[in-house]
Amino acid sequence: MSERPIRVLVAKPGLDGHDRGAKVIAQALRDAGMEVIYTGLRQTPEQIVEAALQEDVQVVGLSILSGAHMHLFPAVVEGLRAQGADDILVVGGGIIPDEDIPLLKEAGIAEIFGPGTPTTEIIRFIREEVAKRTQKEEEKQ
Amino acid sequence: MFEKEKLESIRVSAKEYRERLEAQVKKRPERQAGFATDSGIEIKTLYTPEDIADLDYERDLGFPGSYPFTRGVQPNMYRGRLWTMRQYAGFGTAEETNARFRYLLEQGQTGLSVAFDLPTQIGYDSDHPLARGEVGKVGVAIDSLEDMETLFEGIPLDKVSTSMTINSPAAILLAMYIAVAEKQGVTPDKLNGTIQNDILKEYIARGTYIFPPGPSMRLITDVFAYCSKNVPNWNTISISGYHIREAGSTAVQEVAFTLADGIAYVQAAIDAGLNVDDFAPRLSFFFNAHLNFFEEIAKFRAARRLWAKIMRERFGAKNPRSWMLRFHTQTAGCSLTAQQPMVNIMRTAFEALSAVLGGTQSLHTNSYDEALALPSDESVLIALRTQQVIGYEIGVTDTVDPLGGSYYIESLTNEIEEKAMAYIKKIDELGGAPEAIEFMQKEIKDSAYRYQMDIESGKKVVIGINKFQMEYEKPKNLLKVDPAVAERQTAKLQALKARRDNQKVKQVLNNLREAASTKENLMPLFIDAVKAYATLGEICDTLREVFGEYRQQIVF
Repeated sequence: MSERPIRVLVAKPGLDGHDRGAKVIAQALRDAGMEVIYTGLRQTPEQIVEAALQEDVQVVGLSILSGAHMHLFPAVVEGLRAQGADDILVVGGGIIPDEDIPLLKEAGIAEIFGPGTPTTEIIRFIREEVAKRTQKEEEKQ
Repeated sequence: MFEKEKLESIRVSAKEYRERLEAQVKKRPERQAGFATDSGIEIKTLYTPEDIADLDYERDLGFPGSYPFTRGVQPNMYRGRLWTMRQYAGFGTAEETNARFRYLLEQGQTGLSVAFDLPTQIGYDSDHPLARGEVGKVGVAIDSLEDMETLFEGIPLDKVSTSMTINSPAAILLAMYIAVAEKQGVTPDKLNGTIQNDILKEYIARGTYIFPPGPSMRLITDVFAYCSKNVPNWNTISISGYHIREAGSTAVQEVAFTLADGIAYVQAAIDAGLNVDDFAPRLSFFFNAHLNFFEEIAKFRAARRLWAKIMRERFGAKNPRSWMLRFHTQTAGCSLTAQQPMVNIMRTAFEALSAVLGGTQSLHTNSYDEALALPSDESVLIALRTQQVIGYEIGVTDTVDPLGGSYYIESLTNEIEEKAMAYIKKIDELGGAPEAIEFMQKEIKDSAYRYQMDIESGKKVVIGINKFQMEYEKPKNLLKVDPAVAERQTAKLQALKARRDNQKVKQVLNNLREAASTKENLMPLFIDAVKAYATLGEICDTLREVFGEYRQQIVF
């Protein structure tokens, strides 16, 4: 297995300007040894997909608190798939009502982290999922 | 404040006390190695007159209603009138929000506070591609004067005071408010209320900016100038520490960065040729009430004293009303947990109490379900009742500044003021708040991270998150915004565009475009434009053509 650090894009889709959570998580992932790129505010799903491809990330973390997640999260996954990048792990966080979570997972968001989630849990999840995906890739080759 | 001999004698007995204390701690260690406020100010076991030996009552505290206003802005504070109970509300369409407003007024709320959706806050109409998924979500969608008329239908604007949380397009929304009032037969001089209108904190902490700092500051000074002549009772800005705190700052940073922003607005207005005493009495502030109870109380008192000094000494304001820091408070949204949400009722109550003991003029109490969704009618009612219990039942409103003179509170007030002043000095060295945006962002980001790590390490206890976790029932009846809002809103907008005099709209927008590139005050042009039913998006797009758009520097 390669020793390359995990590369993560942390993104704020939509018009929501509350980025405390996104920044705290970006910092925590970085402190955990990952390479983190933060897009800044007001990104369209198309811009996020493009940044993910350009930066060659393994993970995209989306954060939104405004309630527009049902429109914006699946659009990112669809965009990645359309570019043949469906190996990129997409996770989300913010204020997401419980009943939306199964729908988002169906749409291809691997996990939703709600308020109060410790950053250690997010780090653990990302590491495990990326390891699984890397292993699959290696088996394929 | 104390006689020298008396202090000496206290010093001697304090020494004896400390010896006894040490023996006690040796025998039974304290819960933690050290104690500190959330801003990192060390907390001693006990405070005595020694801690405020230099305090001069008349110079540092004075009497409520007079300089330096440490003890409050009115001579009798809540004995005369309680603070304005102003619950922030808005969602979906103007019709739905109008219904919530009427409900809250019937329940004894005394002022309105409008939440706008994100497209409105960023100057996009509801049919803009970037508005997808956001229409009516975190506030009400306002596309034109037509929506504003619906929003205030049946609400007499000369009887209520209205606060509008709107920043980049604040001048345009104020123009709409003035136009609605006129239709109700209410003249601008009868209007009471506040527009948030604070762009610097948008760049620093909240993110709903449109234009670059230069033209944004000009819109603000245009509002100052216009209102000082035409809408004299309007609070022309609410300089907001609230969002700075929500973004993760400490209490000290909240005071420092907010007042630094305030200094920038005052300076900009003076540079634009206004006389400080003409606009300064209408500046207002907005603070957060967080959990660290005594620090929060001291924070409000320190902010008031510091602003009084800044206005009098730095800007040479002569009118005592210019020295007064009047503020609205909201309890800390970021302190609410999705886990065991009913516990949020208690958190909010204590936060609200700190705001009242700190002398707020207006208060919003958060609803317990806000870490999960927009508040429901039921949760908003409990939040309002919380304020009413504090105001009417527990007696804390019967005397002014009841904690004034407390050794701890006074010592903490001094320390917060000193530390905030040091930050303001640093920001001055960087060239003032507009130049220090990235510095402030970084300070806030670091504090937010520290706070989160303190929770994760267990150093900071949050019930339900890292202590006393349990299974709990999720609240039912969470408010869900009807997804059809966007369609209804778009249809309404199309109908308006088909019905209005489009030639007239073109003309008012052309006038605005021309005036925007001069130094002319834009307020009268906004009023003309909204009266012609030009939409918010059209007006903002016209300004975007002239002013350009702000591009964020990513500080990370």
